[in-house]
Amino acid sequence: MIPELGHYALMLALGLALIQGVMPIVGTRTNDPVLMSIAAPAALAQFAFVATAFAALAVSYVTSDFSVLNVYENSNTQMPLIYRLTSIWGNHEGSMMLWVSILTFFGALVAVFGTNLPVVLKANALAVQAWIAAAFHLFILMTSNPFVRIPNAPLEGQDLNPILQDPGLAFHPPMLYLGYVGFSIAFSFAIAALLEGRIDAAWARWVRPWVLGAWMCLTLGIAGGSYWAYYELGWGGFWFWDPVENASLMPWLAGTALLHSAVVMEKRGALKVWTILLAILTFSLSLIGTFLVRSGVLTSVHAFAVDPRRGIFILGILVVFIGGALSLYAWRAPLLKQGGLFAPISREGALVFNNLFLTTACATVFVGTLYPLALEALTGAKISVGPPFFNLTFGPLFIPLLAVMPFGPLMGWKRGDLVGAAQRLLAAALLAALATAAAFALERGGPVLAPFGVGIAIFVMAGAITDIVERTLFLRVPLRAALRRALGLPRSAWGTAFAHFGIGVTLMGIVGVTAWGSERIAAIKPGDSLDISHYRVTFDGTFDRTGSNYRDVVGRFTVHRLNGEMIGNMEPSRRAFPDRNMATTEAALISRGVSQLYISIGDPNKDGSVPVRLYFKPYVLMIWFGAGIMFLGGGLSLSDRRLRVGAPRPAKARSKAVPQPAE
Amino acid sequence: MTRKQRRLTLIGGGLAVLAVAVALMLNAFRDSIVFFNSPSDVVEKRIEPGTRIRLGGLVKDGSLVRGNNLNVRFEITDGKTEIPVTYSGVLPDLFREGQGVVAEGALGGGGVFDADTILAKHDETYMPKEVVDALKKSGHWKDDYAQRAAMPIGGGGK
Repeated sequence: MIPELGHYALMLALGLALIQGVMPIVGTRTNDPVLMSIAAPAALAQFAFVATAFAALAVSYVTSDFSVLNVYENSNTQMPLIYRLTSIWGNHEGSMMLWVSILTFFGALVAVFGTNLPVVLKANALAVQAWIAAAFHLFILMTSNPFVRIPNAPLEGQDLNPILQDPGLAFHPPMLYLGYVGFSIAFSFAIAALLEGRIDAAWARWVRPWVLGAWMCLTLGIAGGSYWAYYELGWGGFWFWDPVENASLMPWLAGTALLHSAVVMEKRGALKVWTILLAILTFSLSLIGTFLVRSGVLTSVHAFAVDPRRGIFILGILVVFIGGALSLYAWRAPLLKQGGLFAPISREGALVFNNLFLTTACATVFVGTLYPLALEALTGAKISVGPPFFNLTFGPLFIPLLAVMPFGPLMGWKRGDLVGAAQRLLAAALLAALATAAAFALERGGPVLAPFGVGIAIFVMAGAITDIVERTLFLRVPLRAALRRALGLPRSAWGTAFAHFGIGVTLMGIVGVTAWGSERIAAIKPGDSLDISHYRVTFDGTFDRTGSNYRDVVGRFTVHRLNGEMIGNMEPSRRAFPDRNMATTEAALISRGVSQLYISIGDPNKDGSVPVRLYFKPYVLMIWFGAGIMFLGGGLSLSDRRLRVGAPRPAKARSKAVPQPAE
Repeated sequence: MTRKQRRLTLIGGGLAVLAVAVALMLNAFRDSIVFFNSPSDVVEKRIEPGTRIRLGGLVKDGSLVRGNNLNVRFEITDGKTEIPVTYSGVLPDLFREGQGVVAEGALGGGGVFDADTILAKHDETYMPKEVVDALKKSGHWKDDYAQRAAMPIGGGGK
């Protein structure tokens, strides 16, 4: 009964989406306020029905209703409740349900919080949102129905893929989807602006909070996925340049560019046409990401779904939405009023520089990810484009971007003072040079370029601090006055500084662990020990342990410093899941400051030895701390926006704007 | 600067970055592309020793020999041709005889493939696409692989 209810609710949602997609547009064409006003309640009702469908699926999972095929295939009564819930989106059908749930949730948010939007813009944007929703409702109903029943309900379900039975999975896909789908709002607003043929700086102000929110979620989602891969896949890699990872990185890069170009549009009314294009591209890349992951076209470490019918359907969605949006752009964009040009050396110029490098870097990732697919489709040759490709293209483009990043916030709008900015960054540059020299002196081994990486990371961090110091006149005015200035700074200024600082922290982690990480791989017997960095790891032996739906063979290790000081025990294991006849590697980690020791073990050999991978990962935690700081920065900036987004009329808002420039 | 100059700076800068990016990509493509081959391809195309490739197929039943110090040796087959593979390290979680596998490395002397990576396939219902195609091509694809694929196949950490 409950699954049927869910199925029915989803069909009703499709109907509502169609109404929401057509009526408001007709309303804007005929200037009929009643038709236009349908959009908001339709969006709310649509969300209510999709939420009902999602809840129905959740109930089926929680009550282990194995008469539902999807539940039977992916759940099991032995699984803890939390994994029964997360297995909703640990499979194709359920993850698409999550996708549309989030999509309609955002639609509802626009309906509720968009009370200050111009009526026409709101009606058009919600209509576009409904087209996307309708396409995905149809996709679920036709190819991926999670509510299909099995005639004779089995007593016990299969299991969730053990690799996904992990707390990391509880939050990684929803975060990622919040990011992907959040960009749909920017897309809908961009299309709405094109339909209307009118755009102004206020448009950027309305769209920016959505982009910022989506960007924050995506940042956290990517970082979460990276940390999950790091500890769950058992060999300590944090980024694989895997197509599925690239699929989430591309919208992030484009979204970051969009975030910055929207600032220029909001403050200076320039880059309008470009910002619209970026909004379209960012969501297009999200759609492409969904296609890559959900269609199974890729041979990839994360591809869970393999079904060509679905692939073709999503490809259809891609072609219609991306092709349609770009055609509309080509046709209507020339109608939009161009913004002014500006001097290359200025805040705007710096932001254009940022956009140029971000989008180009994004393009190289795009080419590296899709070239193998294109080549196979055209010639049949199968190739793989591995990490070296991305290191050789993405790296050289990103490093200059990071190196000039601290200059941006120190430049004035309209006409910047490059020499002045350089003078103010002198302290940061000196610090970076010192760090480079120290890295050369202290660390042995590793690539020659690594110390320069450290230098750039320090420069970026110190540059972010310099920005705040300059704004508060710290040390130049009495401390109390500086504090008051700090409190008076717009939150978005703090947001910028935090986000930029976070990038530096992440870079530091990446450079540290790539350049100076070490590994030992060996088969060892109880009593043997391995030395790595400053630590000695002794293997004490193995023992068995039973969990709710798995059996562990646990290796017990004791860690000492080389000088004898005891650090702790580590218990990596091989985890066997009998229901699935599968095994996973559960790594053990010990944190030492921001560095980690990492052990994973293989199946014990016949002679009693156990294959062990032991890693020392210096600075590795900084990678994810940095992402956390970026998230925080986004949040600060968002809280600033919120205050002013409340003031809808651009003229009024502008007169209120304080002389202190934000961003 | 005049309006025209500003526009030219912008366009020029954009083109310059694009040109650099294209140059970087072409350079990277030359050095870092790895072709996938089935064992039959390796023989037919006479792939030179030392060329980096991906070799995919099934792990031949009964061919896995575990040596000392994490050295393993096994054979990859597509039903027509077999190629012996050596690898040193911890095998992926779901590496099994009779299941699909993709190994990356280069042919050494004596026709033995020296793998440095056994690729991660993190799904038990998933047969590497290249392996499926290779098996179909060699005429050794059987529909029961689809069912066998419901059993664990070469997965686990890279």
